Amino acid sequence: MKIIPASENALMVYFDEEPSPALCQTIQTLAATLRARLGDHLIDLVPSYASLLVCFDPFACDEVEVRQTIMSSSRSRPAATPSPSSKLIELPVWYGSDSGPDLAALAQQSGLTESQVIELHHQREYHVYCIGFAPGFAYLGEVDERLVMPRLATPRAQVPAGSVAIAERQTAVYPAASPGGWNLIGRCPTPLFDSNGNPPVPFHVGDRVKFQPIDREEFERLGGQL
Amino acid sequence: MSLLITHPGILSLLQDGGRSGYSHWGITSGGPMDTHAFCWANLLCENPLGTSAIEIAVGGFSAVFQQPCRYAITGAEVAVTVNGIEQDIWRSWSVEAGDVIKIQYARKGVRCYLAISGGFEVEPKFGSCSTVVREGIGGLNGGPLRANDEIPYLADSEGDCLQAAASERPHYSRRTTLRLLPGYQNSLFSREQQTRFFSSEFTVTGQCDRMGYRLSGPGIHADHSGILSEGICLGSVQVPPDGDPIVMMADHQTIGGYPKIGTVLSMDLGRLAQLKQGDTVNFAAITRQDALKALSMMRERLQNPQLLLADETP
Repeated sequence: MKIIPASENALMVYFDEEPSPALCQTIQTLAATLRARLGDHLIDLVPSYASLLVCFDPFACDEVEVRQTIMSSSRSRPAATPSPSSKLIELPVWYGSDSGPDLAALAQQSGLTESQVIELHHQREYHVYCIGFAPGFAYLGEVDERLVMPRLATPRAQVPAGSVAIAERQTAVYPAASPGGWNLIGRCPTPLFDSNGNPPVPFHVGDRVKFQPIDREEFERLGGQL
Repeated sequence: MSLLITHPGILSLLQDGGRSGYSHWGITSGGPMDTHAFCWANLLCENPLGTSAIEIAVGGFSAVFQQPCRYAITGAEVAVTVNGIEQDIWRSWSVEAGDVIKIQYARKGVRCYLAISGGFEVEPKFGSCSTVVREGIGGLNGGPLRANDEIPYLADSEGDCLQAAASERPHYSRRTTLRLLPGYQNSLFSREQQTRFFSSEFTVTGQCDRMGYRLSGPGIHADHSGILSEGICLGSVQVPPDGDPIVMMADHQTIGGYPKIGTVLSMDLGRLAQLKQGDTVNFAAITRQDALKALSMMRERLQNPQLLLADETP
């Protein structure tokens, strides 16, 4: 585990392990412990695949204190933390070049047909590793290694809401239109963020996601905006 | 009784101190782009520093006060009139029911802040009324102010009018230096790249908004670009493979995956937010110790502001 400064009031905890559901759980446990121990001194926690960003009030506590709290919290792993119940969420996806402008490039790069890419993408059950970038944006992993593609060199200024995308070994659905650097392969009509909802996001870290292919008509019928 | 918006201008957004504690849903902090000017607008109205105010980008704003209060405008240099009579910015003024305020287009800087005594009465969302348009959260309806919007506030006809001492008024120029704390994937940038980064001038591009400011320059490159997505701080400088750094601003995403060379000091971001396309920046490395000293001094100045009683006559 490494602790590196991220900003004037944040430390980044890096875990020297490959992302996995078990590591996710470790990070969630550390986050809960820090929440309890730092209390009001904590401004925010951002868990991710193999890291945890800890933002604190630099006027209420100093970096050394926070570092020490992180170290001692990670050493004392509570015995047999029960894993939270994990649910399966199925999301419909209209795959294709019309809905996913990077599908052709990804197929070409991987030496597969577009149908094969779609098959490899939707046949897997993905684990929700973290939620961030935008409300309801769930980072899902891992995609089949044949589908691995780096982020775009220049992010798009605008990605349509519901875009289903791949970057490196991760896949995700953009809940709303936003800038984005991932490779787009389809679109999902399901709303993934409701600011009035409780909870506002259907995912929790540890849940699983499976994509179901649908056609354009079904996409529109389910509320997708062309 | 409310502030009735007649012309919302280019982009006017309700902002308070911002949100925290919701990043696990992917919800960002929002808040003012120029926290110094925002805090000062509140100081001049004798409000707590994080009180809700309106961030007005570029200008072209007009509204009617439906009941008495004191107001103050800080930030970008704009011409302001109340009932057609010019009123200075960086000081507070008393207004009566029916008074009409007009804010012209910024001559220097980009964003100004309109605060009123007691702040606005807006239902918070996730703990704050800050508007983050791309999330559809905050403000009156998750979006920018529109014509005919009414923002409620409590009447206030008591209280002194105050003005900021000249030493507190910044001079927004067309270039600025941003102090950066090396961190994150700093070690992925070779010594040569770091030297290039800290010795170059970068130009503010047209792709700048509340989420991030994209800069163009000589091209900065990390040793490799495939990092795992991770939490992002306000002010972090992402460097995508195309070599143009992006400084993450108030509406920054909570998680991202381009390598980061470090993070700009929060108190310097306001100066960046007052730059326009074509203006320039350069970066200077700062140690954590010096960063904390600078932040403490700024905090001290906000807690003991140089305020003077203002004349009532314009």
